[in-house]
Amino acid sequence: MDIISIKDLKKEQIEEILISAEKMEKNIGCEMHSAKVGATLFFEPSTRTKLSFQTAISRLGIKYIDFFGEWSSLKKGESFTDTIKNVDGYVDLIIIRHSKEGSARLAAEVAEAPVINGGDGGNQHPTQSLLDLYTIKKLKGKFKGLNVNLIGDLKHARTMQSLVYVLSMFGANITLTSPHGLEMNKDLIGEVKQKFGVKIEETSQIDVEGMDILYACRIQKERFSDPYEAMSIQKKFAIKMENLKGAKDDLAILHPLPKVGEIDLEIDHTPYAKYFEQSKNGVPTRMAIIDYVFRH
Amino acid sequence: MLKVEMIENGTVIDHIEAGKGKKVLDLLGIGTDYPYLVALVMNVSSKKKEKKDIVKIAGIYVKDDLVNKVALVSPNATINIIKNSKVADKHQVKLPMELKSIAKCPNPNCITNDLNAGDFKTIFNSGGNGRYKCSFCERVFPHSELI
Repeated sequence: MDIISIKDLKKEQIEEILISAEKMEKNIGCEMHSAKVGATLFFEPSTRTKLSFQTAISRLGIKYIDFFGEWSSLKKGESFTDTIKNVDGYVDLIIIRHSKEGSARLAAEVAEAPVINGGDGGNQHPTQSLLDLYTIKKLKGKFKGLNVNLIGDLKHARTMQSLVYVLSMFGANITLTSPHGLEMNKDLIGEVKQKFGVKIEETSQIDVEGMDILYACRIQKERFSDPYEAMSIQKKFAIKMENLKGAKDDLAILHPLPKVGEIDLEIDHTPYAKYFEQSKNGVPTRMAIIDYVFRH
Repeated sequence: MLKVEMIENGTVIDHIEAGKGKKVLDLLGIGTDYPYLVALVMNVSSKKKEKKDIVKIAGIYVKDDLVNKVALVSPNATINIIKNSKVADKHQVKLPMELKSIAKCPNPNCITNDLNAGDFKTIFNSGGNGRYKCSFCERVFPHSELI
């Protein structure tokens, strides 16, 4: 089985992965797939996703081969599908990140080994959404009825595209807070409303009142032609201590990281900050995902 | 008045949006190497619209799945199957539910637009609302943007 888009997964499948992640966290270090070899094909930079996948792979006892796009035959003009076919001949699992949207789906089409999407352009980042769900489950014990505010560049952040879908699937109340022009894709909002019957509120003002989860993401400066405009928006949308007045005591602030000024450093030292714990949850969740693709 | 030769057996595609007749022929794969009569009449006066294009292709009865691709270019076109110089069947084109290998994804960042992507077939699926989802990048587009 491949994990390409969060939309390919049913609620029961996600629940099974979350339960398995809990077990993986308790038995961390179990070498349950020690005869296998995986490939981590990261065609674009990554820190947390790549390292947590490599840690998850290692903890499962799987050996892995690594890949660096700039040192590969891609430089000689080899096509993407040929590269995937070659790697597929060596390994039992392919984990891929690529800047082009749909690349993981194309890799899954040509590979016989299971393919896990580690992020494809601005499209999907399903394993991030699963680790976000796992974090929320650990923190709050439920999803239904939780008030979740997604803040930032909702147009370009692939994390948010996947997250709004799964949160809707599990019945959370969602508020989308974004600067003008960086709103979430209307087709996606329409799709989740129709599929899951949820109400989604859209605003451009940060409001934490009554929120259980505040999920921030960075403003993607590289998408702006004017760096000054990007900087101004980032400043305006940074979460500061003063924004947290009136917040619930158990408010949890999450972020896929890296954070580059969207959250005041002061907040790191408050009980609201859960993003480093969230990042740590990437390992058991990805262990559960890898184990799941091998078993299905 | 311009007269175009009748065809005995073949397909006439009428009510094509003015200026789109050539695109229809391209979509059907009818090129200069086609061995039988092909007529493309542009800017014909029409009762329904100010102007329209008409395409006549002798020698083939264009099949439904191919015909419906014409809807991407001109959703109001009608298909007339001509047998022994008479109209044997007439119907309006219908947008297909699935498009395989005939449309190009309008998303420049879709892997299918990467010159170095390699071997694949584009696939778009519709929910029946005239909008299509690229099976690779998952973005949704109106049918008019696909051709």
